[in-house]
Amino acid sequence: MFVKRIVGTGLGSQQCVNQIGYEDMPTTECEYQLRIPSETDNLELIRDFVSKVAEKVGFKSDDVGKIELACDEACTNVMKHAYASGQKNGKESLDILIQIDYDKFTLVVTDHGRGFDPDAIKLPDMKEYLAQLKVGGLGIYLMKTLMDEVDYQMQPGVRNQVKMVKYFIDKKNSKLIESEKENK
Amino acid sequence: MDTFSISRVNNNEYSILYLNGFLDAHTAPELENEIEKLIQEGRFKIVVNFNDLNYISSAGLGVFMGFIEDIRKNGGDIKMCSMSPKIFRVFDLLGFPTLYDIVEEENKAIELFKN
Repeated sequence: MFVKRIVGTGLGSQQCVNQIGYEDMPTTECEYQLRIPSETDNLELIRDFVSKVAEKVGFKSDDVGKIELACDEACTNVMKHAYASGQKNGKESLDILIQIDYDKFTLVVTDHGRGFDPDAIKLPDMKEYLAQLKVGGLGIYLMKTLMDEVDYQMQPGVRNQVKMVKYFIDKKNSKLIESEKENK
Repeated sequence: MDTFSISRVNNNEYSILYLNGFLDAHTAPELENEIEKLIQEGRFKIVVNFNDLNYISSAGLGVFMGFIEDIRKNGGDIKMCSMSPKIFRVFDLLGFPTLYDIVEEENKAIELFKN
């Protein structure tokens, strides 16, 4: 798929994206992107960025909170696990991409570290191992609960991505509304 | 950026921790240190007041999980109070209300230790 896009790097930047060649693919209307050092002291900045975009596109505060927390959890996992602390050089970054389609909000967190798989973490210190497993596990559980779709694509050392989707309309509720209309 | 702070009040039997700001993977070590200090001082009856906490992620919840076994073994507990609906929802999603006493008011949390 060839995607022509011009993407801004700040909250004020908003550019349209045209997809060429695949007519059946839905068109991404707008994208927002943030590249930021993979350090936990940037979590607040990341949350501000994501929640401001979610507010701007019309989510209510309850859903904004869910998106903000899901993004925090995904980024925390990258910061804690994707880059091994012994191999860090201080230049690791993560990318946050938000795509706005007519029906959904897609959040993609990308890193270039060793990937994160809570089942595969093996550390010599069992206390630390359990602590990390617990916290990582809680984060993934939260992400899956808070968002409509969560999908991992891991290519360790090359590119790891977590893609999370929130629909503007709750599909389950809209189905209920449709069936109520039919019954009338 | 100072986005999280804790203050502590000690009473004879129990201690109250007041959390303020944003509790995430960056600030969770501060809470960890404070609870470690309480344990070292032999203060195992802990009330945590969430009234001024604006945000919590799983890293913050993980701190409570990390210490609770130790605290209960020593006859203590962590009682939680004054959560906003936003904060309570995160605890609720992870099933914490079955593991911890979470009450609306600080007085009620303190009373739980007296019973």
